[in-house]
Amino acid sequence: MNNFSRFRINLRKEDCISCRSCVKQCSFNAISWNEETKSLVFNHAGCTDCQRCVSFCPRGALFITRNENTFAPHSLYTEKVLRELFIQSETGGVLLSSMGSPAEKVPVYFDHLLLNASQVTNPSIDPLREPMETRTFLGRRPAHAQRGTDGKLVNNLLPHLDLQTPILFSAMSYGAVSLNVQKALARAAEKLGTYFNCGEGGLHESLYRYSANTIVQVASGRFGVHETYLNSASAIEIKIGQGAKPGIGGHLTGAKIIGDVSATRMVPEGVDAISPAPHHDIYSIEDLRQLVSSLKEATGYRKPVIVKVAAVHNIAPIASGIARSGADIIAIDGFRGGTGAAPMRIRDNVGLPIELAVAVVDQRLRDERIRNQVSIIASGGIRCSTDVVKALALGADAVSIGTAALCALGCHLCASCSSGKCAWGLATQNPELVKRLDPDQGADNLVRLVSAWTREIKEIMGGMGINSIEALKGNRLALRAVGLNEKELEILGVRYGGE
Amino acid sequence: MKKEGEVRIPSGCAVCGIFARDGRSINGEVIARSIALMRNRSNGLGGGFAGYGIYPQYKDYYAVHIFYDSLKSREECERFLDSHFDIINLSKIPVRQIESITDAPLIWRYFVSPLVHKIQDSQLDENEYTARCMIRINNQIDGAYVFSCGKNMGVFKAVGYPEDVARFYRLEDYSGYAWTAHGRYPTNTPGWWGGAHPFALLDLSVVHNGEISSYDANRRAVEMYGYSCNLLTDTEVITYILDYLTRKEGLTLEECANVIAAPFWSTIALKDRDEADRLSYLRKMYSSFLITGPFSILVGFTGGMMALNDRLKLRSLVVGEKGSTTYFSSEEAAIRAVEPELDRVWAPAGGQPVIVTLDEGVCV
Repeated sequence: MNNFSRFRINLRKEDCISCRSCVKQCSFNAISWNEETKSLVFNHAGCTDCQRCVSFCPRGALFITRNENTFAPHSLYTEKVLRELFIQSETGGVLLSSMGSPAEKVPVYFDHLLLNASQVTNPSIDPLREPMETRTFLGRRPAHAQRGTDGKLVNNLLPHLDLQTPILFSAMSYGAVSLNVQKALARAAEKLGTYFNCGEGGLHESLYRYSANTIVQVASGRFGVHETYLNSASAIEIKIGQGAKPGIGGHLTGAKIIGDVSATRMVPEGVDAISPAPHHDIYSIEDLRQLVSSLKEATGYRKPVIVKVAAVHNIAPIASGIARSGADIIAIDGFRGGTGAAPMRIRDNVGLPIELAVAVVDQRLRDERIRNQVSIIASGGIRCSTDVVKALALGADAVSIGTAALCALGCHLCASCSSGKCAWGLATQNPELVKRLDPDQGADNLVRLVSAWTREIKEIMGGMGINSIEALKGNRLALRAVGLNEKELEILGVRYGGE
Repeated sequence: MKKEGEVRIPSGCAVCGIFARDGRSINGEVIARSIALMRNRSNGLGGGFAGYGIYPQYKDYYAVHIFYDSLKSREECERFLDSHFDIINLSKIPVRQIESITDAPLIWRYFVSPLVHKIQDSQLDENEYTARCMIRINNQIDGAYVFSCGKNMGVFKAVGYPEDVARFYRLEDYSGYAWTAHGRYPTNTPGWWGGAHPFALLDLSVVHNGEISSYDANRRAVEMYGYSCNLLTDTEVITYILDYLTRKEGLTLEECANVIAAPFWSTIALKDRDEADRLSYLRKMYSSFLITGPFSILVGFTGGMMALNDRLKLRSLVVGEKGSTTYFSSEEAAIRAVEPELDRVWAPAGGQPVIVTLDEGVCV
């Protein structure tokens, strides 16, 4: 109902030329054209504030605001709470949400951490004049060096990933996002010398040629998993969980299982693709070990295996168990991690912020003296280059970005992914909408974004007098905290500002 | 004010070293004269020396130098030593009372040999057993601090200018085939003798000038292998990294240099394939031991010495040669002070180790 819509579509009539571009662009049927009155008609209730119409209005005549209508203010029963009560009493359903949790009361620890810089006692290094290395290796290291009978060192390193910058693209499946999104990610990963992750929806054949920059996922639904799939990647990720919905499976509606999505997922057209909450062959850590071994066996021990888990309360022992399962890399997805669709209560109440998770896992693996056996990829709310630097200083080897990457492709975080009507052509399979993203232009945007971040990372490193990324990893003295309590400092392993 | 180890104190410094490849004995007075020239690189808050070949009469025994805060800590420590080692000889280290060196702790020296049955019980080799015992004293016995524990070598250090430290310890009474020296310029006043340099573990000693920016990454990495960085100094962490890489991983010193001052990837790409493979292997395998930021170090060990700069050469380091003697120093002037006529003098490039060892057949 328009009276209670979240947003209002506003028009400066004097600027409007009735070109009806907004009508064409709105995929949520929030704007239509009345032929009789020759005017725009707004269905405010349909508006998601995706900013597509605003972006395409040639005269800047449109703007979206919050609905000024105000519910009786109540500190406990806020407008958000009331809206949720109304929806549930009307629909009887679980509340759905998309993208990462905006929970306001959960601290964003990155914003409480400050970085160091060199002054006098050691020199800062100018990245424009001196080499500044961001090349990153992810994978297991052997326990000891080995020498041949000739006394020379033997290369006993195991298969690993080689990144030019410590930033990967997070898993986003074909089905949840369009093929064009995956094409953009794959092309960008190739240009940047990093990796994209195809998620759990299988790998479209047109992407096989990016195998040197591809990570394929094996999730609980096992969609699209076959021998060629596994061997068309540089690494295989076993997805146990996701930061936006720890402990919860997935559900791609039959409406999206059409054409190539169906073929790639190996799910009949029109049938819902349901990812069970657990892997039904992993009910325990020793089962994980068997799956890791099976995947390595299937790929001739040529590819590192990543195990992705959501950050939950006992993440440290979980990570320790994974490190001992034969996995080469642990991907930890934090509380703020994005999603195409998740139950809102789960998204906003389950899990741990990535900063805490990385800090405790890194320390735990060191305490157990197995930190060198695995690499850590952190994700879930990495918004900018300083988040990357801070995550690395806390103990991650690399980060992966999903939401930030989607923003480079046009996403404005309207969080309506689950509707399938994404006006930017990202989280949709509607052929008309999908066309809105040109994969080459998208790839260019992604390359520019990650290159910009990498440049900033180099500036920051240079300021600290560090000229190689490995000297930043776990370097917690490079961080100081403000506005945190002693317990938080202890868990993050960081000193207070001024200490 | 917090003691060293409770707080991290960056320092600038002077370093110098002398090495006689023919194994002849050089008097401690020579190295003292060399480092004295660089007085303005120190600020009187730390100076020290390491001499090799100085205890020929006890060369098969670990020479353990210890600072004590009190008689009580000495008694406790000696009980520990007694139950883990045969103590062949013990004495106060002779010192000369001088005005500029104050607040001296009790300074003792022990020549010891590990108890055979204890080594067997521990399933460790002699070096590892001794190293662990010494680390345990430093961690667990309040007021006792082992600052030297190698065979036929010894560290002498104090709070003060290095030339005063030399007079204090009567360095002219010692002669050896190799010496390193250190003058410290800490940006804080710890006033604690243990914080002075050289820093040593077994026969490996390090003097260092610089402030490494990778410190905490290196510290947390090496602590995973059972080391405990109590002083929070660069020198301590560099010593432990070198000890780990040489003694536990069996790397050569040149390989160690390729790890801690690894060539840039762009440089590695220019090497021939075997060398590129070797260098990439070392960088990937020991990535957390890469040291960034400025440093020049002199590493002393039985029978040799290594000088190494950070890969950008952000600190000065000069090498000079005269006959069979090699000199190292932060400044060339300090070498000229003791040997004005050099055959050769050069500044090694960043990341390029200069390693000297005793000539073949020379025994010390």
